[in-house]
Order: sequence, then structure tokens, then C-alpha cells
Amino acid sequence: MWSRERGRLKPLRCGVEELRCRRREREAALRKARREQQLVSKRLLRDEALEEAEEGCVAVIFGEAEIQQFLRLAQRGTEEKEREGALVSLRRGLQRPETQQTFIRLEGSIRTLVGLLTSNRALLQLEAARCLHELSHSEQSAVVEACLPATSYLLTYLSGHSSDFIELCLYTLGNLIVESEAVRRQLLPQGIVPALAACIQSPHLTVLEALGYALSQLLQAKEAPEKIIPSVLGSTLPQHMLQLLQPGPKLNLGVAVEFAWCLHYIICSQVNNALLITQGALSTLGLLLLDLAGAVQRTEDAGLELFLLQKQPSLLPEGLWLLNNLTANSPSFCTSLLSLDLIEPLLHLLSVSNVVSVLVLTVLCNVAEKGPAYCQRLWPGPLLSSLLDTLAFSDTEVVGQSLELLQLLFLYQPGAAQAFLQQSGLQALQRHEEVAQLQDRVHALQQIALHG
Amino acid sequence: MQLPPALHARLAGAPGSAEPLPVERNPAAGTAPFRFAPRLVRFPREHDFFEDGDVQRHLYLQDVLTQVGGAPERPRVPEFTCQVAGCCQAFGALDDYEHHYHALHGNVCSFCERAFPSGRLLDAHILEWHDSLFQILAERQDMYQCLVEGCTEKFRTSRDRKEHLVMRHLYPVDFRFDKPRKSRGPAMPGAAEQVLAETLGDDGVPSEGDAMEVCSEHVEPPPEPAGERRAYSHRIPSTICFGQGASRGFKSTKKRNKHQ
Repeated sequence: MWSRERGRLKPLRCGVEELRCRRREREAALRKARREQQLVSKRLLRDEALEEAEEGCVAVIFGEAEIQQFLRLAQRGTEEKEREGALVSLRRGLQRPETQQTFIRLEGSIRTLVGLLTSNRALLQLEAARCLHELSHSEQSAVVEACLPATSYLLTYLSGHSSDFIELCLYTLGNLIVESEAVRRQLLPQGIVPALAACIQSPHLTVLEALGYALSQLLQAKEAPEKIIPSVLGSTLPQHMLQLLQPGPKLNLGVAVEFAWCLHYIICSQVNNALLITQGALSTLGLLLLDLAGAVQRTEDAGLELFLLQKQPSLLPEGLWLLNNLTANSPSFCTSLLSLDLIEPLLHLLSVSNVVSVLVLTVLCNVAEKGPAYCQRLWPGPLLSSLLDTLAFSDTEVVGQSLELLQLLFLYQPGAAQAFLQQSGLQALQRHEEVAQLQDRVHALQQIALHG
Repeated sequence: MQLPPALHARLAGAPGSAEPLPVERNPAAGTAPFRFAPRLVRFPREHDFFEDGDVQRHLYLQDVLTQVGGAPERPRVPEFTCQVAGCCQAFGALDDYEHHYHALHGNVCSFCERAFPSGRLLDAHILEWHDSLFQILAERQDMYQCLVEGCTEKFRTSRDRKEHLVMRHLYPVDFRFDKPRKSRGPAMPGAAEQVLAETLGDDGVPSEGDAMEVCSEHVEPPPEPAGERRAYSHRIPSTICFGQGASRGFKSTKKRNKHQ
């Protein structure tokens, strides 16, 4: 397992088993949080290479007196290096929650920090911004909300051109955004959406990835459909997002991941998807998906694990959901599915999971229900034996969907019922005769098979 | 799962998409006890369908999954100094220099040497502080533009604008980049000198309570000769920049000599 660091990969100092265990725990915690609608994650931008250069030792907990000392030195020190050093020490100390608490309770501390943030000393600005960033990452609301006096400045700096600094401001804003609705109620009138729209024109990839992160946090908010998404859709953000998702040599995955999530939150909020379609969302996303799938075939790089279809079971349902919506009401898509020989690959997915099987069968039903011309192209072939296999499943939804497909085949494809009988179809049906949700359909099929 | 090559070509816009097969439905299809009918499926965001994906997303954010974007290397270079006249800051890394340059030598007002974080703020400053035509027009119409990106409101006085910033945009009352001009009326040579005197020192800490005087790393700019007025502003040429357009930067505008 690798941890990301600026420009370098470094192995974590634990065993693989321990890591797996930790990951399982994290996953379980996230699922629980999601069910309680409390899913909040923040990003921490810590330059570990920088820390090593500072001869890093574990951050000590600072008390009031020490914090005051650092602040005083940072403000009034005579030597440039002394001032920076003081602020760096403070910043490292702020990695500890106890120090964070002490800091925010100290009168004038935030004020001073904001003063340093807006000072004319570039390196002090940067360190002050890093201090704020540490605070923004806290799990304590009081600590995070103590950063609020800085937000107008963070937004102002987004129209600057110092990419490192802007990146830091964006990650800090992203962490603040996700903290609470109170924070967003301040950021929205302060003009965060126009500020992001202006900033998305930056050529720097690090800035873009950070912007995507901040925007995704904004769009994920509970009140986003009513209060945020309309103004985002009304800005130039969507067209820039789509541009950044165009497949090709310029596509940067880190950036694309962030904006893909932004689009997901916008689209499933159902605010104005028609607008996105007019801006070319469908073709962009469709081509991107194909491009990525092609790349997956060619590469063995574990870094692309997000896009390895076979290894990420969560992607199959979503891909099949897409296929369902494409084929449901479209004879042309159904025809394409047939003429491009995609039926057999779909059948191979029937053994993956119950959810996936139901989706595959639904897509096949979409095709079959269009009539004899379509069923003819589904026949003969592996379809029948696949269906007989699914009838052996115990999951009622899977079996139920198989029964629906069988009815359509019996109706539209001459010889299908006969073939079914010959391959011991009746026996396959028998085991479901007593199941409440299935028995009516089982009996109906038995009748059709036997008597036509 | 192998992707048929024809699919890629087709969706990328290759011609020759076949005519759809004829649709011919039997009314018996999907009738009781059967119930299938094709339908579009939409999931709201909180739906369980997205649980796996959301979990993946958050594992990624928390750095549990490999980040897909590699961060660029920060090259270190032999120490060099800033080339702007009068500035002698030294740097060992290009990124540090980039930030310094934008912060200090970026959007700089050529009248009073103040630097601003963005072109928008610099433009507003020049208009309001150094443009005599602005002062004349301001007597008759709303000229003070709101400072927030995306807001097109204009106001009669800078005080009205400040109130708007605070009430409507929830800006801090002591927002550093909205200091009112001390001397009213068209920019006079005397005023220019006073303004220049203000540029020394200060780091933008608000006047209430904090007596923080800090030496500016900026060398004192030469005083403007009396009687000379410039009707235009110089910007740092766009050829000197890191990124797009002209460089940006800022310097706070607090008076150095004000006693608290």
C-alpha cells in the first residue's frame, strides 16, 4: 500500500494484513456514515518531502505561552528567517488537535494569522495558509469554524497566479465547505461560485485538481440541489468541466476524477440535466468511458484501480444501469447491441453477482420486448443455456427476471419453447413452483411451453 | 471483458449505423402474471445503489486508495535573487520565487506601488485612487464597483460599497483590500506623496488593538516629482509571468505612521 506524497511514493511502515484490516474498518465506518447521511471526508495537503527537509520529529503539543511566542515572533521578528521559522513551528504544532484547541481559544490568534495571511511577506503568507489548512482539516467543528474570518481572503486569492498558494487555498476551502451548512451560508454570498468559475481557467493541473475537490464538496452538500447547483449550472463551470473530461493526450486522471464526481452530484440531483446534454455531456462522457476502458485493457498499472472494470464490482452495476437507460426506449441502441455482438459478453457477467445478473437480464428484456426481429437475433446461441443456469439461482429477483425474459422469447421466437423443453427447462422451473413471488409466472410458463 | 473494436469506432462517430430493426409488439407481452416493461431508471443521490461508489470515493479522499494524479517534482535550483529593481530576496526553489513574485511584484499600481491580489482589485484601486475623471463622474453617478467577482452592483460612495460588501457578501468590516482614500478629490501631487509615504512598512493588520509595525521588504519608491501626473498605469508586462496573463500579487495598504 502506498501513500501519496508530493512527487514521491513511499511505503507505509505496516504489514499488508494490518493495512487490509484497516481498510476494511475504514470501509465499514464509511458505509455506516453514509447510511446516517454523515459522510464527510477531507483532504490533507501535507508536503512530506518538505517535512523531512525540516528534520521532522513528532509534533509536540504547544501551550498558550508557546503559541503566543510563535505568533509574536512571526509578526515582529526582525530576521526574515526567524519569522518564518516561528510560523513553521506553529504550523507543525497545529497538526495536533490539542494545540489546535488551545490556538483557537487564544484571543487574537486567528486575527493575527489572518494578518499574516494577508501580509506582504510571501513566505509568511504561505505558512499562514498552511496553518489555516491544518485547522480546516480538524474533526472539531469549533476549530474549523474558527477559520471563517479568512474565507473572503482565500476567495480573493483564487484570482491570483501563484499556483501553489492557490492550490492550498482551494484545499482549505474544500475542507471548510464540507464542514457545515453554516460555513456554506457564508461562502455562497461571498461569491465562491464565480471565484471558482474564474479560477477553473488556470493552466495548472494541481490547481485544477484542487478546484475539482473543492467544487465536489460544494456539490455534495445536502442543500446543493436547491441552493448551489442552480448557480453552478448558470456559470461557465459546466463547460469547463466537460472540457477537462475530454479524452485524449491532455486528459489528467487526477483532475478528471474530481470533475467526474462533480458531474455525478449535479446529474443525480436532477436539477437541469437537459442543459448539460446541450453542452455535450453525453458524448464527452461516452467517449471518455470508452477511452478509459481501452486504456484498462492495455495497462497493468495498479494506479488505475479506479478504472479496472473487472476488479471493481461497483462499476458493473453502474455500467449496466447505463445500458438499461440506453436500451429501454431505443430500438437503435438495441439494434446496436445486437449488431456489435455485445450479447455474449453480457451473458458472461451473469455469474458475477445477483445485482449484476438482474441488470443484465433487464437489458436483455429491453431488447427482447421489441419483438420478433430482435428475438431472432438473440437466437440460437448461448442465451438459452445461460437462462437455464440462472434458473438454478436461488435469488428470487434473478429468477423472476429470467422468467420475464423467457415469456418474451416464447412469445416472439418460434422454437424457443421447444428447445427449452428439450433442455429440461421444466425441471428447472419446478424448483420455484412454491415460491410466492414466482409461482404464477412459473405456472404460466409451464403452460406455454407444454401447450403453446 | 473485451471491447469489440467496432463499438469504439461507432460511438466515435463512424458512419454506417445500421437502421434499427423493426419493432413489433404482441399485446400479450408483459401481461399478468408477467410484468416486464422497459423503463428508465433514475437514482437519487442518497440511493443505496451509489453506496459502493461513494465509499470508494471517500477512501480515495482519505488517501486509502492510490491517488491517480502524481504530483510534479519540485526542483531545487542554485540560489538566485529576485531581479526586480530594489528587491533582493533570495530563493532556492522556483515555486517559492513564483509566489514571491506574484505576491509582491504582481499587480502593482504604478502610482503608489501597492500590489494587489488580482487585476480586478488593482483596476478598482487605480480608478478610485488615481483617476480624476472617476472622481468627477462619481459626483453624479454610481461608480464604486462591488469587489466581489461576479457581482455587478455599483455604488455612490465607497462607504455604501463597504456596507454592501458586509451586508450582502458577508465580508469582514476591515477587509484589507477595501481601504478608503484618505484625501478626497482628484489626485493631487501632494496627495500622491502622502500616499507614497503610506506604502512603507505595514503588513495589513487592522488598526484596532494591534500595534504591529513590520519593515517592508520593498525598497522605498522614489517620490513623484511635484506637478507630474500620470493618466495611465503601467502593468508588469505580460511577458514576465508564471501562467496566464499578467502576473498578480498584492501588498496591503495600511498606513504605517498611524498610531493606535
